[in-house]
Amino acid sequence: MSSFGRVIRLAIGGWALLLLITAAPAPSLAQQINPTASSVNERQLLQEADRIQGRVSIPDQRSSVLMQPAGREWREFRNVVLRWIGGVAIVGMMAVLVIFYLTRGMVRLESGRSGRTIVRFDTFERFVHWMTATCFIILAISGLNITFGRPVLLPLIGFEAFSEWSQWAKYAHNYLSFPFTIGVVLIFLMWIGGNIPNKVDVAWIRRGGGIVGHDHPPAYRFNAGQKMIYWIVVIGGGLVAVTGYQLMFPFYVTGIEGMQLAQIVHSVVAVLFVATMIAHIYIGTIGMEGAFEAMGSGEVDVNWAREHHSLWLDQQMARTGTGGSQPQPAKAAAE
Amino acid sequence: MARMKFLCDADRCIECNACVTACKNEHEVPWGINRRRVVTINDGKPGERSVTMACMHCTDAPCAAVCPVNCFYTTADGVVLHSKDLCIGCGYCFYACPFGAPQYPKVGNFGSRGKMDKCTYCAGGPEADGSKEEYEKYGANRLAEGKLPLCAEMCSTKSLLAGDGEIIAQIYKERVMKRGYGSGAWGWKTAYRESIES
Repeated sequence: MSSFGRVIRLAIGGWALLLLITAAPAPSLAQQINPTASSVNERQLLQEADRIQGRVSIPDQRSSVLMQPAGREWREFRNVVLRWIGGVAIVGMMAVLVIFYLTRGMVRLESGRSGRTIVRFDTFERFVHWMTATCFIILAISGLNITFGRPVLLPLIGFEAFSEWSQWAKYAHNYLSFPFTIGVVLIFLMWIGGNIPNKVDVAWIRRGGGIVGHDHPPAYRFNAGQKMIYWIVVIGGGLVAVTGYQLMFPFYVTGIEGMQLAQIVHSVVAVLFVATMIAHIYIGTIGMEGAFEAMGSGEVDVNWAREHHSLWLDQQMARTGTGGSQPQPAKAAAE
Repeated sequence: MARMKFLCDADRCIECNACVTACKNEHEVPWGINRRRVVTINDGKPGERSVTMACMHCTDAPCAAVCPVNCFYTTADGVVLHSKDLCIGCGYCFYACPFGAPQYPKVGNFGSRGKMDKCTYCAGGPEADGSKEEYEKYGANRLAEGKLPLCAEMCSTKSLLAGDGEIIAQIYKERVMKRGYGSGAWGWKTAYRESIES
């Protein structure tokens, strides 16, 4: 019997000890509360949104963004993607033009010069064109410098000279944006009449615009190719102007993502714009005989107008009353 | 050589802004420019935390990568500095920086920016250490005097740590071990591609 009682006592004692052991950590549990369990967590915040923002007590409210790793994608765009887009577009366009020039050569005036000229662009039109063009070339060079200057030009001229040049290029880029924008607006307004696409353009494109071979599809004042240039200038110029002013007046209308996006749109449109303008300059100078005069003196040879803008010439002739749908004899032949 | 880093122990920061004030005073930073700031997340709500942030002196710094004139350089201590003589104030480093560190004085026309200013880790710039020119452009060069950045030195709760990355990471880990919690080193993953697990 006594042994049974001893067992009971042992069991009770054991239970009590077990209770004590399990109860003992109870008071220290209160100390183990993790104050960060409910607190904001960097990883979680970055997963929820692409930025961590809070409150700051300084006036600059933009500085309330604590972290914004999206800049990494923008860095990748600026240093890799843009250089590829720009490089392929611009170098590619130049290569195509060189090959084209070497195989096709200058598009000659097939019927020669008549010696008679017709006004194609008046003084105001030429002024607007050259104002925009001059601004564009300076804007293009100073803009390309921001993207390609560091790998291309900096190693050649050194840090100080490159920085000095880039500083002036930045000023030129900022200030010349104003006459450029005015030019784009004026181009839009003064040539919109002749640049609405129509059926003639479809036929013109179908016949390859006479680029290959010696075909001369009819066209009004502006052919489909010129209309394309027009709309690239108007839409592309509009886009670079809007995004450019956004970059020039930083954070007035948008936050950091907006600024990054503005830079992306600005630079991509700009490099494609430059590539297009290289083609435009080519065809207006060494690419086509008699084309430069249109923007140079403003007067083109009647035979040039007949070959490239026959419908426009007919309109002009009808207006002035001089009939002339037959090709004029070439000056050389007449003499 | 040591690899200098900043570490903000968010569980200790009380948003006293002593670091901000110390920085502004030490370098005579002009009005409107803040090399360092304190951001409070979830202000007034449970789980609120304050983090002090300046240039983190990143490994493979994005600012240096996108700079069109290559005006940034990294010192032997891993501090990211720049030359104000070369900077053209284009603003690109601000678009690339994950911490909003670059600051621009508003000078001239439009919204055009002056030469960029940012935290130098109290290490000055390319000019001769401790020279008048260096002080005028970049502020004090404490590192050259063997001192650490003043913001961290001034920190009232020792929340902000500055120094060799391995040593401050060790201090932080010991804290986390002792108190049993820690929300991690804010910004380390982004700046240094490493995190201190707690």
